Amino acid sequence: MAKNEIKYLTAIKSDNRVKKFCRFKKYGIRYIDYKDVEFLKKFLNEQGKLLPRRLTGNSLKYQRKVSDAVKKARQMALLPYVTDLLK
Amino acid sequence: MNNYELMVIFTPVLSDEDFKAEQKKYAKFVKDTGGTIVAENAWGLKSLAYPIQKKTTGLYWVLEYTAPSDFNEKLKIQMLRDESVLRHLCTKLDKYAVEYNAKKRSGVRTGTEKLAEV
Repeated sequence: MAKNEIKYLTAIKSDNRVKKFCRFKKYGIRYIDYKDVEFLKKFLNEQGKLLPRRLTGNSLKYQRKVSDAVKKARQMALLPYVTDLLK
Repeated sequence: MNNYELMVIFTPVLSDEDFKAEQKKYAKFVKDTGGTIVAENAWGLKSLAYPIQKKTTGLYWVLEYTAPSDFNEKLKIQMLRDESVLRHLCTKLDKYAVEYNAKKRSGVRTGTEKLAEV
C-alpha cells in the first residue's frame, strides 16, 4: 500500500489560461468595414458562419457590428451565405 | 445632409463605355439632387460569392457621397428600375466610418492591420 499517494476528489485547476479580450477595444477600431472581406473572415468558421463571442472574445457592442458587416457583405455577394471550405 | 456609401453590382455584360456611362449617370443624379460626391471607386469585374440572376461575375462600383435624407428613396426607385443593376446597398456612415474611409483612401494605417497579425 502506497500511503504517500495523494488523491483529490476534484481535478486541480491550473490557472494558466490566457484571458480573452476584445480586439476592437484593445486596438481602438471603431468602424468595421463590410468591404474588407479578408478581415471579416477572421470571425467566420469554415462554413461561413459567424463565430460566437465565446470563442472570439469580442464585446457585445462590436460583435453586433461584426455581424452587421458580415450580413452586408453577404448581401453584396462578397461573402457566401453557405459554403464549405471557406478558408 | 448625411454621409452615405453606395455599392452597386452591375451586370457583367456591360461594356466599358456603358459601365462608365452608368457611373456618370448616378454621380450626376447625386449632384442634381443637391448632394456632393466624396469619393468614387470602381472595383471592376469581380466574381460573386454566389450566382445572382444566373450570373457569376459582376461589375462593382462604390460611391461615397453626402446627400439630404430624402435622397435615398429616390435613388432606390432609380436602382430598382435599372435593368443593368443586379444589386445595390446604401449604408449610412457615422463619424468613425467617414474617418476610416478617409484614412483608407490616403493610405494611412486604419488600425485593422494590427489584427492581421493576431
